[in-house]
Amino acid sequence: MKKRSPAPAAGLRTPSWVGWLFVAPALAVYAVFVLRPIVLTFQYSLYRWDGIGPSTWAGLDNYVKVFTDPDLFDSILNAVKLIVFFSAIPVLLGLAIASTIRRIATSRLALVARTVLFLPQVIPLVAAGIAWSWLLSSNGLVNQVFSHLGLGGVTRAWLGDFSTALPAVGVIGAWVLLGLCTILLLAGLSKIDPAVYEAARMDGAGPLREFFSITVPSLRQEIGVCVTVTVIAALASFDIVFIATQGGPGNSTMVPGLEIYYLAFSERQVGMASALAVVLMVLVLACALPVQWLTKDRSS
Amino acid sequence: MSRRVRNRWNGAVLMVVVGALAAGCGAPGGDAPQTEAGGTPVSTTPTCGTAPVTLKAYIETGFPLPKELSTEFTKQHPNVKWSIREDQFAVITQNAPRVLADDPPDLMRLPQVSELVKDGLLKNLDGYAKAFGWDSWPASQLQQMRLGPGGKTRGEGSLYAMGLNFSMTGVFYNKKLAAKIGMSSPPTTLAELDAALAKAKDAGIAPIAQFNGGATGGLAFPLQDLMASYGPAAPINDWIFQKPGATIDTPSNLKATQHLDQWIKAGYFWKDVNAVDYATMMSRFIGGQGLFMFNGDWESGNLDKQMPGDVGFFLMPPAEKGGKLAAMSAPLTYGIGSRAKNADCAAFFLNWVATDPQARDIAVKVGGSHPMGPADAHMPDVAEGTVTASTLQAGADVSKDNGAMDFIANATGAIYAKSWTPQLQKLVAGQQTPDGLLTSVQSDYKSQVGGS
Repeated sequence: MKKRSPAPAAGLRTPSWVGWLFVAPALAVYAVFVLRPIVLTFQYSLYRWDGIGPSTWAGLDNYVKVFTDPDLFDSILNAVKLIVFFSAIPVLLGLAIASTIRRIATSRLALVARTVLFLPQVIPLVAAGIAWSWLLSSNGLVNQVFSHLGLGGVTRAWLGDFSTALPAVGVIGAWVLLGLCTILLLAGLSKIDPAVYEAARMDGAGPLREFFSITVPSLRQEIGVCVTVTVIAALASFDIVFIATQGGPGNSTMVPGLEIYYLAFSERQVGMASALAVVLMVLVLACALPVQWLTKDRSS
Repeated sequence: MSRRVRNRWNGAVLMVVVGALAAGCGAPGGDAPQTEAGGTPVSTTPTCGTAPVTLKAYIETGFPLPKELSTEFTKQHPNVKWSIREDQFAVITQNAPRVLADDPPDLMRLPQVSELVKDGLLKNLDGYAKAFGWDSWPASQLQQMRLGPGGKTRGEGSLYAMGLNFSMTGVFYNKKLAAKIGMSSPPTTLAELDAALAKAKDAGIAPIAQFNGGATGGLAFPLQDLMASYGPAAPINDWIFQKPGATIDTPSNLKATQHLDQWIKAGYFWKDVNAVDYATMMSRFIGGQGLFMFNGDWESGNLDKQMPGDVGFFLMPPAEKGGKLAAMSAPLTYGIGSRAKNADCAAFFLNWVATDPQARDIAVKVGGSHPMGPADAHMPDVAEGTVTASTLQAGADVSKDNGAMDFIANATGAIYAKSWTPQLQKLVAGQQTPDGLLTSVQSDYKSQVGGS
């Protein structure tokens, strides 16, 4: 053990608990509004309870039901399917768009493109959901366009059809999240030294080569953030589905977030709802943590 | 050294946090008021007295009836003021238990009541019923609001809610479109209705305007009408009221579901019916996109205003000529919180709504439905030929045949969203058979009734 230096500052040295004093308010808020609900949710998940009356101990019954009840388990599968739309499409498309915008960064078009793409982030999700449900309705804009193109055969009520409802909800999510990913990736791109691109071009690299050898590796962390945020948005989706389909038709767009809400507030099965919420939380962590680990910047 | 100190602090804080969290961990719940064994005995007829009273009401937004009634009530009883909170019905449904437990209103619009009674959140109204003589009204008016001990079985037992009026469902039709297919009077048998549907389809008119989208399976309306057309109403009520051994999976209900399936396959519903919500259905029907619409008399006033003279109403015709008529009919239920401050005054108001001539006028003119109360009570004049007139007449016809049914969606708290809606949507999409639909709903029902 090192000998403590008899510095004159010793008298001014603040005891370590003072640090806790500064953290205390934030910690208290965090404990009351984040940790306590999590612990209570876990506790509720072990009971059969209607939210008001007396509860009975259920042990792990609720968890067993989450995985055996086809309705509940299908909702989890739907959320996993939504990852394709909420995460894969926005990130891949966002990468392509961001690197395109970077190439025209100084033109006015780039500014317009950035604004237009980011706009969905500014619009409340509920408004976006309503607007999209009009667009996708049986006589909405989407079907009108198809009819004009002579594709009257494919027109349908996109959100009311068993085979297209989930993809249609996914498209809304992709539209919302594309802007976020693009802006994040653009910000990342602006950090890359232009000299690197210049050097690559001198070595005869084309746009594709630049993209794969410089852009993508340099954006590792930003891509990590995008993937994490969008995967969480997919798994914990609620607003878009609630506005666009309410889980219908026939549960084909039911997601855990919505199911939890129905269970807790309509069916008053607080225990079941809590168990599904805990499972959802674990699932989100199980998806988000590996992404974080994979995209960690190991150089620092 | 300092590191070790910090570690110890970390541990200490963690323990405090976890301890604080764990301290809150008894079994959840149990803060509900105790259930009353019987109704509060009421010695003299309750009134609102003469001292200033403020009645706290929690009502459904979008329907002017309760507000109009409260205004008229204050006019007649100036000592009563109102403090009214409004929400959409879906919000009331979700909030009801918590609101009744934490901040009980004197008067509240009620969702399905079984659970609320089970938790002892609603006042038992038997005492008031005796004091005001509600027991002498036609029994069918109050049947749906009676519950057995613990809220288990509905349809008999103590009274826990009261209606502002009672609504009636049936079939609306667009008279202009009906004329086009040569339908001069409403069909009197199911076969005649089928013929009209087929004629409309051939003439390029959408035969049925109905909603079935999102979380609200509106095909439950024609389905239950068909059930009542093929079989008696009583067994359907038994199922809704959770009588032991009741089942929805009966031969006559299967015929009804198969009939509905034929309508679907024949293309009588809109192609996008699984994406149509209630509001869209109404605007399309008013816009002339549909000959028939299975709906309730809460829209009579609206339709009289929007398409004056162009809308007719008839009760679902029976399968056989001269068969009994039946319809879904339900009171617009209001209840009193078990810990409400001004319960007597609230009960007096409910009685006034059913018996005061002016209140009854408002119930019909504003609410569009039949008022509660004694069979021989004052009935307001309604203009001949209006939809309101025909729905009121239909109400009388149904009670003559004892054909009032509750709605199959009200059997349990979860049956509509969990079973009827997804199953009917699947039936439309051809992913479910009529037989499979009934089996599946019945098995959900069993697990919900047994499990709760």
